[in-house]
Amino acid sequence: MTAKPSQTPTPLPLALAGAADLPRGRFGAFGGRYVPEALIPALEQLEEVWRKASIDPEFVGELERLHKTYTGRPSIITEVPRFAEHCGGARVILKREDLNHTGSHKINNVLGQALLTKRMGKTRVIAETGAGQHGVATATAAALLGLECVIYMGRKDTERQALNVARMRLLGATVVPVDHGSKTLKDAVNEAFRDWVANVGTTHYVLGTVTGPHPFPEMVRDFHRIIGVEAREQVLDLVGRLPDVVCACVGGGSNAMGIFHRFLDDASVRLVGFEAGGAGVDTGEHAARFATGIPGVLHGAYTYVMQDTDGQTIDSHSVSAGLDYPSVGPEHAFLLESGRAEYRPITDVEAMEAFSLLSRTEGILPAIESAHALAGAMKLGRELGREAVILVNLSGRGDKDVHTAAEWFGLIDSDDDADGRRGRLPDDPGAEGVGEQQ
Amino acid sequence: MSVAPVLEKCRAEGRAALIGYLPVGFPTVEGSIAAMRVLVDSGVDIIEIGVPYSDPVMDGPVIQDAAVRALAVGVRLSDIFTAAEAVAGAGAGALVMTYWNPVLRYGVERFATDLAAAGGAGLITPDLIPDEAGDWIAAADRHDLDKVFLVAPSSTPERLEAVTAQCRGFVYATAVMGVTGARASVGEAAGALVSRTREHTDLPVCVGLGVSDGDQAAEVGRFADGVIVGSALVRCLTEAATPAEGLTALGVLARDLAAGVGRGRS
Ligand SMILES: Cc1ncc(COP(=O)(O)O)c(C=O)c1O
Repeated sequence: MTAKPSQTPTPLPLALAGAADLPRGRFGAFGGRYVPEALIPALEQLEEVWRKASIDPEFVGELERLHKTYTGRPSIITEVPRFAEHCGGARVILKREDLNHTGSHKINNVLGQALLTKRMGKTRVIAETGAGQHGVATATAAALLGLECVIYMGRKDTERQALNVARMRLLGATVVPVDHGSKTLKDAVNEAFRDWVANVGTTHYVLGTVTGPHPFPEMVRDFHRIIGVEAREQVLDLVGRLPDVVCACVGGGSNAMGIFHRFLDDASVRLVGFEAGGAGVDTGEHAARFATGIPGVLHGAYTYVMQDTDGQTIDSHSVSAGLDYPSVGPEHAFLLESGRAEYRPITDVEAMEAFSLLSRTEGILPAIESAHALAGAMKLGRELGREAVILVNLSGRGDKDVHTAAEWFGLIDSDDDADGRRGRLPDDPGAEGVGEQQ
Repeated sequence: MSVAPVLEKCRAEGRAALIGYLPVGFPTVEGSIAAMRVLVDSGVDIIEIGVPYSDPVMDGPVIQDAAVRALAVGVRLSDIFTAAEAVAGAGAGALVMTYWNPVLRYGVERFATDLAAAGGAGLITPDLIPDEAGDWIAAADRHDLDKVFLVAPSSTPERLEAVTAQCRGFVYATAVMGVTGARASVGEAAGALVSRTREHTDLPVCVGLGVSDGDQAAEVGRFADGVIVGSALVRCLTEAATPAEGLTALGVLARDLAAGVGRGRS
């Protein structure tokens, strides 16, 4: 199953990446444009400007220049042998999107959309954010390009990601806490759509993941596609062959689509996405759309949605704000149904254990979102054994999660911390088998 | 049964139709149906029966709040058909206004069957554009139901042509770029949008978003075939101390609005 290592990358123009898709923004049955008529002209304009830009050397060159001089691309890969001991001894390689400017993959998409905003002659950007990483990236791009910026964030998320709220404000953005519904990412998206309908003449909605109405799923994926394009070459260089598995966490699904896409035609490479299993998929407290949801429409796309028998959205739950979303990008729904990708839930406990293990074995604090992919790699490694090569998208860094993790592991001094803490740090993280689940 | 005859009757009377929105299930299912009856008795010609939905992206705070409260007291999708039957029985047009996912989950064909059986006229679909509505258009045609799609001030001539071609009953013109909610003025965009829409269709064009009193209803009724009122009516119920007071306030506002459309073109 050794694929021929190709020494030259295959630099697909952005526009070609979506050529296999069905017309009108569908991935098989999934996708579409389920939005108020008022937004259709803006979506049509966006699609036209994006398609032209993606084959315009000036646009492509400007984005490349920014990625090189500002984002810090290409991001490196890091092999993590001490962590790999907890993954059945498989070789584990991390794609370090956490080292990008602003600390996650989100900047790849945001810089692209911010440049498009300028091309469309718009002066204001809005965005939703869950973990705050997309909000920080959007606020950053707005500062860089001189755009007005408003970020919608569920009240619950502003509390658990308080540091990122301050970061966005320092960058000059207005952060609006959203008090409706579950007060998390889904409600922030609702509020962003409401703003967009009212201000679409001047405003671009920088949607932060591969969902929403066409052309967002395809466009956001193409802006993130560089992750897989780079990683494929880097792994070939390091290992001499393609990885057996590519792992990524799946909130809306942008970091996963970004790293998966270049591998779609590599039939030997398994693509596995990890969604938030929260307290466990049978508890009802999770964001396991594929494990429990059924196809429906939310936020402009036909895809898997957690919903009750009346079609009302069910609130999701996860220790990770960035995965706490009841729907998922339509292309993932297509990859699931076509059998090209697999999706599995990872519980809060499993993710936090992986968080702690990577921190203590490799000196890398992952984002809790990314820790779901790491926990997935631990399981897959044990299933596949020592011969396996596992590529993990480390989508972000854990600085924003220090507070959550410190509380989880009872590291914040207080009188009653011994009872309140939920997790336990492994005593000797270097020892084989510490990561086993009982 | 289509709302077309209702709109024709209003036109014959030389006035715009009055169309009132209320969500089913607020404050209770029975309470909302009683409120719809008050609207009909106070001169409202067509009731927009709202389906409460967890993620109403086209709605402002008033209707969001009512939807959340209706869902909290346990309104079910099947209650929509009870309301449609009551409204049709009271002699008004019974159009259902719904986001798309509840219908999708219920089953498009099954929803059309049950709506037609209840005497409902059809659907207004704020987040379903004709381009994505193949299943609904086919089901509506099979069951003789109205298909009311929306046009907006941002709609291009091509969009106006494509959208109006798929409408039956009337065309819903959103007066402003924005979500539902009472506004101090309905704005110039509404009149321009109605004229632009008429270049593409002979269907009645009704205007919604922002109308809150009789004077505004009169103003809009001068150029539109129907005046749609939502948030202002809902607020009568959400802000009332008791359900009875809510119904009283609702009747007062509905009569003011009805008088407004009545004097509109005189
Ligand atoms: C670091 C990180 N990874 C992953 C995600 C999930 O988003 P997506 O599934 O679109 O990559 C987020 C979202 O906030 C994030 O901040």
